Order: sequence, then C-alpha cells, then structure tokens
Amino acid sequence: MKSKISLAFDNCKKEKRPALITYVVAGDNNKNNSINILKKISKHADILELGFPHNTPIADGGQIQGSSHRALKKGIKLKDVFQIAENFKKFNAKKPLILMGYYNIIYQIGENAFLKNCRKSGVDGLIVVDLPYPENKNFSKKCKKKSISFIQLISPTTSHQRMKQILKDSHDMVYYISMLSTTGGRLKVSPSKILQNYRKISRINPKKNIVIGFGITDRTISALKSAQGLVCGSLLCKTITNCLKMGQNPVTKLDKVVYNLKNKIL
Amino acid sequence: MKLKIRKGVPLIDQHDKNFMYGGKFGGNFIPETLKKPIEDLTNLFSKLRKDKKFLKERDYHFHTYIGAPTPFIKLENLTDYLGGAQLYAKVVSEANGGAHKIYNATVHCLLAKKAGKKYIVGDTGAGYAGKMLSMAAKKFGLKCKIFMGAKDIKRQRPNVLAMKKNGAKIIPVTTGSQTLVDAVSECMRYWVSNCDTTHMCVGSTVGPNIFIKICAYSTAQISRELIKQVNEEFGKIPDKLKLINCVGGGSSAAGFWNEFIDTHAELIGVEAGGPRNSKLHAAPLTNGSKVGILHGAAQYVIQNKEGQIGATESISAGLDYPGISPLHCFLKDTKRARYTSASDEEALKAFQLVSRFENISPSLEPSHAFAEAIKLAPKLKSSEVIIVNSCGDSLKDKDIIKQRLGSYIR
Repeated sequence: MKSKISLAFDNCKKEKRPALITYVVAGDNNKNNSINILKKISKHADILELGFPHNTPIADGGQIQGSSHRALKKGIKLKDVFQIAENFKKFNAKKPLILMGYYNIIYQIGENAFLKNCRKSGVDGLIVVDLPYPENKNFSKKCKKKSISFIQLISPTTSHQRMKQILKDSHDMVYYISMLSTTGGRLKVSPSKILQNYRKISRINPKKNIVIGFGITDRTISALKSAQGLVCGSLLCKTITNCLKMGQNPVTKLDKVVYNLKNKIL
Repeated sequence: MKLKIRKGVPLIDQHDKNFMYGGKFGGNFIPETLKKPIEDLTNLFSKLRKDKKFLKERDYHFHTYIGAPTPFIKLENLTDYLGGAQLYAKVVSEANGGAHKIYNATVHCLLAKKAGKKYIVGDTGAGYAGKMLSMAAKKFGLKCKIFMGAKDIKRQRPNVLAMKKNGAKIIPVTTGSQTLVDAVSECMRYWVSNCDTTHMCVGSTVGPNIFIKICAYSTAQISRELIKQVNEEFGKIPDKLKLINCVGGGSSAAGFWNEFIDTHAELIGVEAGGPRNSKLHAAPLTNGSKVGILHGAAQYVIQNKEGQIGATESISAGLDYPGISPLHCFLKDTKRARYTSASDEEALKAFQLVSRFENISPSLEPSHAFAEAIKLAPKLKSSEVIIVNSCGDSLKDKDIIKQRLGSYIR
C-alpha cells in the first residue's frame, strides 16, 4: 500500500505542480493555536512538517529558534507535540504529517518509545536534523518497520557517491538543502543553480520524491516550482512573530500566507 | 558492559569506527551539510599528524611562539602552610597569551592554512579561547571571527579588549543563557552557512569527534613537557602522585593527563559547582547527569527529562558549560579519572590563598582545581605529590575578583 506521503506527491504530479510543504513549530504560539494553524494551512499545503522544539538547535536560524523558544516557554513537552499531531489527524487523517527535530529529544525518551508515540498519533514521517547518514541507518530501519518514512537530507556539500548511497537507503521523500545555510537564511544561490544541483540528484533516481528547502519564501518559491516539492518554514515562523508583535491572530494570518504560497506554484 | 582503556593507544584514538568512546560517548551528530567539511578535516588531520614536516612546524611554533616548556614549580610556601602533600604547579598560564588555549588555537590555524582557508571562526567562554585564536589568526594571516555570549562579554572584559586589539570581529550571542553553550551553538550555525570558505575552531575538547581530537592532541603538549619535568625533579614518577585539573569542556585536563594515562598517577578533575546553596551548577559528572547529545556529541550533559539542555551557573565563564568532553565521560566510566566539584566560594578562597603565598595568579578556572588540592593536601603524607595545572592567568577575572573580594591583588 502506498504511504500518504507518496500519495500526496502522486496527486501533485497529476496536477502538474510541486507539493507545498509547510513547517511550523509545535506549540507556537500555544497548543491550541498550533492545532488550529495546522487545520487551517492543511487546506493549502500538501504535506505538513511539525517541529518538536529543542533549546540548543545547531542548524536553525533565528526565526525557527524564536518559534521553538516561544513554544518551550509555554511549557510545550513532547507529549503535547504528539497530542497536537493526534488532534490534527483526527481532523484530517489523509494529510501527511512529518515531525522534525533534533536527536536528543528522541534519545531521551528512547527510539522505540518515540516511534510508538508517532504511530499512535498518526505521524507519517520523521526528519532528524542531526542524525545524518550512515549514523541513521538503524533508526531509519526501525522507522520503516513502523511504516514511518525516515526522510534523508542531502546538501550542496554531499558528494555524488554519498548521494547515491543516501538515495538507495531513503524512503518516500528526500530533502535537498538548497544552500549552505541554517534555516531561514536569505537565498544566496540563484534558483537556476539550485535546480541544476537538484536535477543531478533526481537523475540518480528519478522515482524519488525530492523536495527543496531552506531560503524558500513567497519571493523565491515560484522560481523553484519545477521541483517536486518545496518546503517553507522560517517565513511562517516569522509571520507568527510579527502577528504577536502587531496583536494579530496568527491562525488567520498563516492561512493567508500559505494560501498565497500555494497560488505562486500553481 | 565494563568499559576499558586500551593500553598504548592515545586517548583521542580510543574511539570505535563510529567515533564513539566506550561505545557511548562522542560521535558525530551533525547536520548533513557538515559531513563533508568534517570528513575533509578528519582526513587532513590524520595525514598531518603523521607528517614529520608538519610535526616539526608544530614544535617550532610551540617553542618559539607559545614558549615551551612552561614552568613546573614547587609551591613551597603553600606546602608549608597546609602541611601534608608536596604541592606543585605546572604554570601553563606562562604560555603566550596566558592560558592553555593557545595550543589548540595554534594547531587550528596551521590546519586552516594547510586547508587553504582564509577565514577562521571560534567560540569562547572565558575569552581565552577567543583571545588565543585571534592572536594566532593574526600571526598566521587569517581573518578571524569570535562568537561570545553577551553575558561573558560583560564579565571577561580584558580578554574582549585583547581580541579586538588583535583585529578579530566579536559576534555577541544574545540567545539562550548568553554564555559559552550559546556561543558554541551560534559558531556551529555560522560554520554550517560558511563551511566552504571558513575553518572552524572549537575552543575545547567538545563538539564533533574531529574537534575533540584536534584539541586534545594540541593540549597534550602540556603533559609531554610535564612528564619530563616530573622525571627530572623526582627521578621517576612519584609512587603517589595526583594530577588535579579543572574541567569545563575539558581541554586543559585532557592535555595535562594525556601522557600519564598509562601510568599509575591519580587523575582528579574538578568541575564548577556553582554558587554555594544554588541548585544551578556546571558539574555534569559530579552530579550524575544523564547522557545526551550536545553540540554534535554524546556526553553527560545537564538537561531535563525531555532532553532540553539545562541552565548552568558558575563564577568561572570558562567552566560554565552544561556538557563535558566525551573523553572525560570515558575516563570517568573507565574509572581512570575521578571527578568532583568546587563551589564559586571555594574557588575564590583558593585564588586568594594561592596568590597570597605564591608568585602565581591562577584564573578562576584553575582556582577550582587549587580548591581541591588545598582540601586534599593536609590529609596526605609529605611523600605524596600533588600537581595542579595552573592553566590560566587571573588578569581576565580582575573585575569579578575585585567585586567579590573587595580588591584584586596578584
């Protein structure tokens, strides 16, 4: 049986457009809003990424750090993250939901317990920022057994040989990091150069669903729409920050921002 | 599983094929982007450490630039005052720049040059790692950026001024606790974004495996000198010898102990216990913290049940770090070294006592080690020997000492 993630990509291919993948931090700016944000933006997004916050993130830029900080300050715990996921899945079981975060959080509760919770709350995939290949081999096997996609990352520094190995061991989705940057950096490489690198990867295995992330905003997204999927995260975190500053409702604002993103890639 | 140290194998090479010490400490928990630069650096380092020409170059700079060997002196007055064991100090603070951080900084600059990099970045807590990196960068013609917590910038002013004088750009880190832990995170983030042009120096024996190795390899110069000096002084390694060193990240202790790992010398590490009566500390080994991942490596680390890294507190910026080198986790679990802690107040008192009796002026970091030595010495026989690594000079702490003790007298 095809996974929900694969089905989402199939659907986008039929519509001849890239998948829109959004990232927000669980519990930002509180648990309720977080659930409502997911419900709203799932109308426009094809796949949802939900960050489980960590207070020492070594690959995140200011916007996602800010979101994580707000969530943790509100007392968001891992059990809340799973509750947010579960709650959303009750609302829309078909929409793929991917958890994203740092390995220490998984390590502390234990890999098996973490995956059990993922299953229970209906999580479809996992991105672990600081568990690279091949260190992630065992864990990604465990994920597969539980029918959870482990999403491998490829970056501009990844060698061709390594790309081949990573793709071989990858599941339903592979994440290409557009440039040397933390999340939320300004796009410092031209979209055509990014797509050139991107095609090198997809030529190795044209069947893989490869998405591009980092530096994707309402300004850059349409130039990259020939990719199979595009991830937008920091822009959404920044939107929440701005809403809180201006006293606006982040739920309705994010709905609009994601709707706008979607329109740019149609 | 009982952990064991393999004899005849350098401490830094005791890891398995996954770069884990004792199967559970260290490793490379890093974003994909850093895989390649770390692999490149690993290959470069493993080639150069066997290269006679490189070793000659390193030793040349250690002798003519850093000043080797640093003095090994008997603390006659303090020994007489305390009674008991004979107290000695390895005065590493006499090294160029005033602390052991110069070894790691120098080797990193040499590596950066070999790698063809023009920029170097580093983190700093007490400011010594940053000061030394800025010095070495200036000497070797590299452009330098230093990441430092905003709280540390305030409390370690003299070193901040020194860095600026050396032409380094200081990037204040205002996230989290605004101390060393955040400086290391921010420096790593910067490297993720700039690893194609920039070399990163991690200021202590922490971080992804290669940085632990380079740092401990560099500071090992301390014990290479010391083992000679001990043999000259005593004709052998004394039967009862204690080597006491403070540990924050653990770079000076790793270097101070390196050549003694296979000997019978007793190794004692002293962590920062924080203010007396405070629940906060920076002593994960002493207080039984659990293993977790911090800055790319598995180690004992102060954290909550969920895995969020915990807040620390110490008067000493250099020890104010929630984690500890995987090397020390390994030495602890193999029982080769034992670890204890000293409070802020004990460190201050030790500083006072040492500077009153002796012609050295240890910074607040080694004052933690002196505190333990002062505690132990009176209980021991005069045939026993204690050597403390006086790995930093107090000048950088003059503001704090003045504030806490009323005056700063060297």
